[in-house]
Amino acid sequence: MASVVQPKHDPGQIQRPRNPPPGRTPWAVYVYEAPVRLWHWVTVVCMLVLVVTGYLIGAPPPAILGEASNSYLFGYIRMAHFMAGQVLAVFFVLRIYWAFVGNHHAREVFLPPLHRRSWWKGLFDQQLYYLFIKPEAKKHLGHNPLAGIAMFAMCILPLAFMIVSGFALYAEGLGMQHWMYSAFGWVIPLFGGSFYVHTLHHIGMWILIVFSCIHTYLVFREDIMGRTSIVSTMVSGWRFMKDDRP
Amino acid sequence: MGRQETFYETIRRQGISRRSFMKFCALTAASLGLAPEFAGRIAHAMENKPRVPVLWLNGLECTCCSESFIRSAHPLVRDVVLSMVSLDYSHTLMASAGHQAEEILEEIRRDYKGRYIAAIEGNPPLNEDGMYCIVGGRPFVEQLKEVCADASAVIAWGSCASWGCVQAAKPNPTAATPIHKVITDKPVIKIPGCPPIAEVMTGVITYMVAFDRLPELDLMGRPKMFYSQRIHDKCYRRPHFDAGQFAEKFDDEGSRMGYCLYKVGCRGPTTYNACSTIGWNEGTSFPIQSGHGCIGCSEEHFWDNGPFYQRLLGTRLLNAEVNADTVGAVTVGLVGAGVAAHAGLSALQRAREKAGRASAAPVDTGVEG
Ligand code: HEM
Ligand code: HEM
Ligand code: SF4
Repeated sequence: MASVVQPKHDPGQIQRPRNPPPGRTPWAVYVYEAPVRLWHWVTVVCMLVLVVTGYLIGAPPPAILGEASNSYLFGYIRMAHFMAGQVLAVFFVLRIYWAFVGNHHAREVFLPPLHRRSWWKGLFDQQLYYLFIKPEAKKHLGHNPLAGIAMFAMCILPLAFMIVSGFALYAEGLGMQHWMYSAFGWVIPLFGGSFYVHTLHHIGMWILIVFSCIHTYLVFREDIMGRTSIVSTMVSGWRFMKDDRP
Repeated sequence: MGRQETFYETIRRQGISRRSFMKFCALTAASLGLAPEFAGRIAHAMENKPRVPVLWLNGLECTCCSESFIRSAHPLVRDVVLSMVSLDYSHTLMASAGHQAEEILEEIRRDYKGRYIAAIEGNPPLNEDGMYCIVGGRPFVEQLKEVCADASAVIAWGSCASWGCVQAAKPNPTAATPIHKVITDKPVIKIPGCPPIAEVMTGVITYMVAFDRLPELDLMGRPKMFYSQRIHDKCYRRPHFDAGQFAEKFDDEGSRMGYCLYKVGCRGPTTYNACSTIGWNEGTSFPIQSGHGCIGCSEEHFWDNGPFYQRLLGTRLLNAEVNADTVGAVTVGLVGAGVAAHAGLSALQRAREKAGRASAAPVDTGVEG
């Protein structure tokens, strides 16, 4: 269970009773521990670099005329991509580690509790809420079921795929004798050859872009419309309740 | 049967000088990426080993592999290899025909059981019990299975035998099937390419008969000595790639300057082959050197991975030519429109709620959790 203690700072605009009635959610809960928050924002920065450079790798900018020795533009674009990719991968691995040792919210996006009835009800509820059929959805300390499953299916899985396929492509450049090829080379025949791995790596980018658009919109929307804090939660780690209802 | 002639004896009988023979050994050792002393080992093996029969079968194919094979760079390489491997049965090269030819097949299978190499050009179509390819009055797939059953090793020449090639293009009505999916009980050495480079073909055969073992294969079953690098890794236009200098069209300034052909669809970055090192036609040139991008002919599915003149895989969707970027951009556009609409409705709802709250006392909407 998340720690129920007083936050170090007061969010100001939220006026809540300090002692909620029994059975009611406390008004502030520490949900996202520092490693989760750090991972999130590092991933956001890496994604920005990866999407821009990745797109350019697929559709390069017009040529700079002149001698080849005067420019290393495409080389730098690819280098930035590979560096951001490796940072992303390292933090992703650390994030998986944290899912084991962190609080139970750290596991949410890896293991949506599909076996629970309440989870399915919450998923349905959340959809009705987003479709303006229900005026409000149940509050969640961590992610609502819809957010949880979307993060798993459209972010965690694609990210894992991008990392594995990205390292396979990178290993191709290093050569078959390199340890990285021994570690990731199997991906190439698995997907029917290098060209398909490139194509799938490219499609993966668009899936992540779609996810990021919806995700960014919804976190800001919920921050304004919802009944808990959202964006500040990924900064400070604390979830603040704006009302007393469940 | 008597004593088996050695390679060397055969070669000498055919009037090839010892000097030429030694040259061939040196050339082959070099092309296999072996140290110079291996030239001596190849020579020794050739002088002392009995000839290995090679049964060359042809299934669904266009004979470009045979055509390539007999055009090996050094005329001598061709002669040596042709005499070296007693190509006792090869539709294109053998003198005999009809029943006489089919008898050779039986004879070799009987006399050299487990000691001959089956070299397969083309592939068997499996639909309709293999009736789409008939050899000697029977489906090719039967001949293939029989000959491979007693062979010491199986070589799959070219992209047909290795991957299926154009006759296996979607939707593959005849079910043209690569060799390794039909012959599953022994190693199949894939020598892909449409056709493979002649020196690669002769090099692999020489290696196998001289050293009595299979070349080291990669994860896809190709000899590492020729297929461990991509065209792109050794392409002489690579500095232009790294500089970001690309030809946009085949008649623009960039193409005249010899810039990289990536943007006009070059498949060099995804194609494993030796063209950019060995070259074609006695090392004269290779596609990129003559101004055309690589089409990836030695890769699986290359025949379906069009269009050849675009970087990204294309397909037809709702009657339009699309690729990952066009589909992605349209999807993001639709999602963006959806987000904007949802944001608008949300703002409206919020405004309405505020108005409602101002007029009435706040009520618990009471959604149960
Ligand atoms: C989520 C993050 C990522 C995105 C959005 C992304 C995007 C892309 C895109 C769009 C391409 C061009 C594909 C093509 O059309 O050929 C590409 C290529 C590539 N990416 Fe990524 N990528 C990501 C992560 C990674 C990672 C983690 C690595 C590992 C180091 C990596 C390594 C590569 C490599 C090696 C290439 C091929 C470059 C070349 O052929 O010149 N990527 N990426
Ligand atoms: C500027 C853009 C972004 C903002 C403002 C943002 C904000 C947030 C916030 C506030 C949360 C917490 C949601 C909650 O409390 O329920 C969150 C979670 C998350 N975000 Fe983002 N995000 C952004 C971009 C991205 C991108 C680009 C990705 C990945 C591709 C991403 C992946 C995630 C994931 C996986 C979680 C769940 C974290 C966990 O539970 O471990 N976000 N984001
Ligand atoms: S021409 Fe093709 S193989 Fe050569 S550098 Fe450009 S993309 Fe690579």
